[in-house]
Amino acid sequence: MTVIAHAQTGFLPSLRRISALVLRNLYLLRSSGPRILELMYWPTVQMILWGFITMFLVNHSSWIAQASGVLLSAVLLWDVLFRGQLGVSLVFMEEMWSRNLGHLFVSPLRPFELACTLLTMSLIRTLFGVGGAALIAIPLFHYSIFSLGLPLLAFFVNLLVMGWAIGLLVSGIVLRYGLGAESLAWIAIFAVQPISGVYYPISTLPTWLQYVAAVLPSSHVFEGMRAVLIDHTFRADLLLHAVVLNVIYLTAGFLSFLAFFKNARVRGQLLHVGE
Amino acid sequence: MSQPVVSVSRVSKHFDSVTAVEDISFEVAPRSTTALLGGNGAGKTTTLSMLLGLLLPTSGGISIFGVDILRDRYRVLPRLNFSSPYVDLPRRLTVRENLTVYARLYGIIDIKGRIEALSEELQIGRFLGRPYGQLSAGEKTRVALAKALLNEPELMLLDEPTASLDPDTADYVRGMLEAYRQRSGTTILLASHNMSEVERLCDDVIMLRAGRIVDRGTPQQLLARYGRQNMEEVFIDIARERHLEIIPDDKQVLKK
Repeated sequence: MTVIAHAQTGFLPSLRRISALVLRNLYLLRSSGPRILELMYWPTVQMILWGFITMFLVNHSSWIAQASGVLLSAVLLWDVLFRGQLGVSLVFMEEMWSRNLGHLFVSPLRPFELACTLLTMSLIRTLFGVGGAALIAIPLFHYSIFSLGLPLLAFFVNLLVMGWAIGLLVSGIVLRYGLGAESLAWIAIFAVQPISGVYYPISTLPTWLQYVAAVLPSSHVFEGMRAVLIDHTFRADLLLHAVVLNVIYLTAGFLSFLAFFKNARVRGQLLHVGE
Repeated sequence: MSQPVVSVSRVSKHFDSVTAVEDISFEVAPRSTTALLGGNGAGKTTTLSMLLGLLLPTSGGISIFGVDILRDRYRVLPRLNFSSPYVDLPRRLTVRENLTVYARLYGIIDIKGRIEALSEELQIGRFLGRPYGQLSAGEKTRVALAKALLNEPELMLLDEPTASLDPDTADYVRGMLEAYRQRSGTTILLASHNMSEVERLCDDVIMLRAGRIVDRGTPQQLLARYGRQNMEEVFIDIARERHLEIIPDDKQVLKK
């Protein structure tokens, strides 16, 4: 063996393998116009739709009139959560669609390194997709979500991490049940949308559902967003709740992904990926 | 025999009620080319998958280079590589991009130089810039072999390395594998049901049927033992369960 000299264990080799897979995904994006278009298409369409709804409601709703950006901010931040989750699941399914998992896991790549790659690609895709839509909103509706300032960063990170956790879980389920379960990648996140208080305060929900909302990091983020936009206050307590919950969510997401991966080795699903 | 490169001890693999491999044990000597031979469903791919760590055995132990791969497979993965018709490379990526990604995964220092050397050796230079998905079956096989050789593996596990190739390309691949083994001293374990391939390449043959090892020897030993002219006839004898019977004067005859 003369061609290999880099070490194979430790932090830097791990980083090298993660960067190799990130590069693989950047090559893929570069080679496919539709994939790049898809990144920005839905966030932009959603932003335009809610932008016009806002223009209408601002004259018909005193609540919206208090802060005209509340709906546009909500839709863009919701897309951070959605794109964060979809980015993880889609990048994982790319490996299944290309029947590449066998090669990957005969290389020195560790499962957690694949998981880290999924998160990195999710971040890149989300920044590109939602960031693009946010920029378009400025000239189109004279609203900049960046006016939220530093709290925007806290909202973004928390929603992204929650999306990662759900994305890792969905990826594990798709690995376990095959590509027949791939539609979960597009629909799973919508189960939490009604109770996340994206477009309305959590107090709107029935009391029992408010308890469910309390264990979702997203509900704390959207409450925090409204506090900034309507009350002009930053609620550190809500941020703390979201952070603590996200630590639990992300840990559970990683553990479930690794457990499904081990199960795939028992059932022989790494070599025979299919429906 | 010096320390075996591969050591399989009483390995079984069950999928619910289906037995894919049952209580197999064998060793693979350094610098040898060993074939896992058997019909469809004999357990060849299952055995290779367990050696690669892609599949966990139900029971038994596997060590490669003296390392228990069920406990510590990442110590040996940089020293081996594989190719299989059941696994693809990303189709939208060009051949060069695919090889670059895998070269990085294996930690190769001079990536460009290594890809150039392999492209010359395997004659893939003219389609390095083409997407993998646009290549013919023969071209894909060459690229898969280039990927399998990136890290100059000390052990190559090849699942049906010439499946679906035309005779000319298959002959080229066999010649390349022979040359590589002679030059590098690598150990090769391949699963195949191509008898001419086995006769040409292998110095040890493990015969599988219904997940069990039913015979083993060099191609010459097997031909003599079954009294056949070629390995295809030996294969059919074993597949159709024509058993050897030992008679008192030590002559072996086939019994239907």
